[in-house]
Amino acid sequence: MSAFVDAWHYFTGNFNEFLTLLQEHLFMVVIAELGAIVVAIPIAILAVQNDRTKRVVMAVGNVSQTVPTLAVIALVYPLLGIGFNSAVFGIWLYALLPILTNTVTGIEDVDEGTVNAARGMGMTDLEILRKIQIPLALPVIFAGIRTSSVINVGTAYLAFFIGGGGLGVWVITGIQLFNTPQMLAGAIPGAILAITADLLFASIERYLGQDNDAQVGVAA
Amino acid sequence: MTTNTIEFDDVTKVYGDDMVAIEDVTYGVEKGTTTVLVGPSGCGKTTTMELVNRLEDPTEGTVYYEGTDIQELDRIQLRREIGYVIQEIGLFDHMTVGENVATVPELKGWDRDRINDRIDELLDLMDLPPTEYRDQYPRSLSGGQRQRVGIARALAGDPDVLLMDEPFGALDPITRETLQNEFLEIQEKINTTILFVTHSIDEALKMGDKIAIYDVGEVVQYGTPQEILESPANNFVEDFVGADRGLKRLQVTQVKELLAAPVKEAESGGRGVAVATDGNGSHELSPTDSAQVALSRMIQYDVETLPVTDDGRVVGEIEKSDIHQIARTEG
Ligand SMILES: Nc1ncnc2c1ncn2[C@@H]1O[C@H](COP(=O)(O)OP(=O)(O)OP(=O)(O)O)[C@@H](O)[C@H]1O
Ligand SMILES: [Mg+2]
Repeated sequence: MSAFVDAWHYFTGNFNEFLTLLQEHLFMVVIAELGAIVVAIPIAILAVQNDRTKRVVMAVGNVSQTVPTLAVIALVYPLLGIGFNSAVFGIWLYALLPILTNTVTGIEDVDEGTVNAARGMGMTDLEILRKIQIPLALPVIFAGIRTSSVINVGTAYLAFFIGGGGLGVWVITGIQLFNTPQMLAGAIPGAILAITADLLFASIERYLGQDNDAQVGVAA
Repeated sequence: MTTNTIEFDDVTKVYGDDMVAIEDVTYGVEKGTTTVLVGPSGCGKTTTMELVNRLEDPTEGTVYYEGTDIQELDRIQLRREIGYVIQEIGLFDHMTVGENVATVPELKGWDRDRINDRIDELLDLMDLPPTEYRDQYPRSLSGGQRQRVGIARALAGDPDVLLMDEPFGALDPITRETLQNEFLEIQEKINTTILFVTHSIDEALKMGDKIAIYDVGEVVQYGTPQEILESPANNFVEDFVGADRGLKRLQVTQVKELLAAPVKEAESGGRGVAVATDGNGSHELSPTDSAQVALSRMIQYDVETLPVTDDGRVVGEIEKSDIHQIARTEG
């Protein structure tokens, strides 16, 4: 128990530094996430147009998801060197996958009868995508964004290894120096952050599901 | 060449390498009539429809639309002129009932007021009061209501041709019959050329001006309900139509077809038996009643003849023996 009390003291005693680290952490997470959304959704949409590309994207997606986060960071390091940008790049790369796979699955899983009806009524492929497939896939796409955001909070801890800052600074320094209070003071806020993000997205999801897409807000 | 709206000329459709869905299908669909495609599961009914709106293209042969080879028409344009009630209904669950119905008018670029009027008109027609249903989502509807929305959506763009793939499938018998009757009335008003798929011969006899009976992959008989009941082309049709062919003929024959020369005014009512008596007036037949209705009234009131009236005027008289005549199956 005393470890937590000590952590609380460390936390309050270094609050300004904490704010800086938290800000860095959030910044990396948000930038990477936005980048991932902007890139993954269009790629997924293009991929489903063709059976072969779809299979390739899904295979790459599924395999990549099994690569440990640390390995991604380790791969980025020799390529891009040290610093904030390469940290964001690593996080971004890892954030892509859930969005990519969820978008593909979401569009694929739209009921075939619904798509056939749309085609039979004279919608072009683009209209089917825009008016039918994407709106109906939206909840699944959104679930992908939710997963990847939560993952990002965790991945961002490793940014420290390539000089990206963030809450990882306290955690990893704490581990290296056997400074348990410092480690906990960095780790606990991250856990809270991840849970908060998850709950926040969950409530948005519920909201979306409720007045189901009355206004068909298309994501892409 | 012809006045047929749709013409199948020796059409064969093969899926993949050797899945022959339909073979050498030839028949024409006259403008403003309803042709029912009937046959067992997997015999190629849906495939035939999909050739009309070019969801599929024929492997061999030609489909003509208003005399033009359908391959020469722009498929998007064509589909917007053809209403389509898909077998799976396929309502758009993320859109309201109104938005679903508005689909084709929007694709065609109608202005907002016209679209709104059209939505209300069709929901009224399908017995779904717009104030109540317009803004509902399909998921909150019953099966019968969903079918109605599907039909309203198919009619929305004022189509020249309507393709209806088992539009009343998967419904309980009562709802089914209600929808059939309503649709027969609607059909009178809209005067659209209709291709209608069902696997029920009774529905086919009821809904069709013409019936195309499919066996696996081929059309074995094409004709009016009467023709099919009178002279089934082969054993398959005979079995398919069923042993109660005679009774079915009563269903598809209207009283007016049995009327011989119109009776003279003076004579009418002279044969006391018919114009009876218990004061509820329903003894009279209307010219559009079926022979089956006529027979059941005769049995009910224990009479041999019944008068036929149109707009309150007696136009003729039906005898039980006339009805027995058509019920006799051989022919
Ligand atoms: N896209 C397709 N690819 C391969 N085979 C198909 C395809 N569509 C239909 N078939 C086959 O073609 C045959 C005719 O199918 P179709 O859907 O036209 O039958 P149907 O008469 O509509 O049957 P049902 O009453 O069950 O709807 C079936 O054997 C079916 O399996
Ligand atoms: Mg079918």
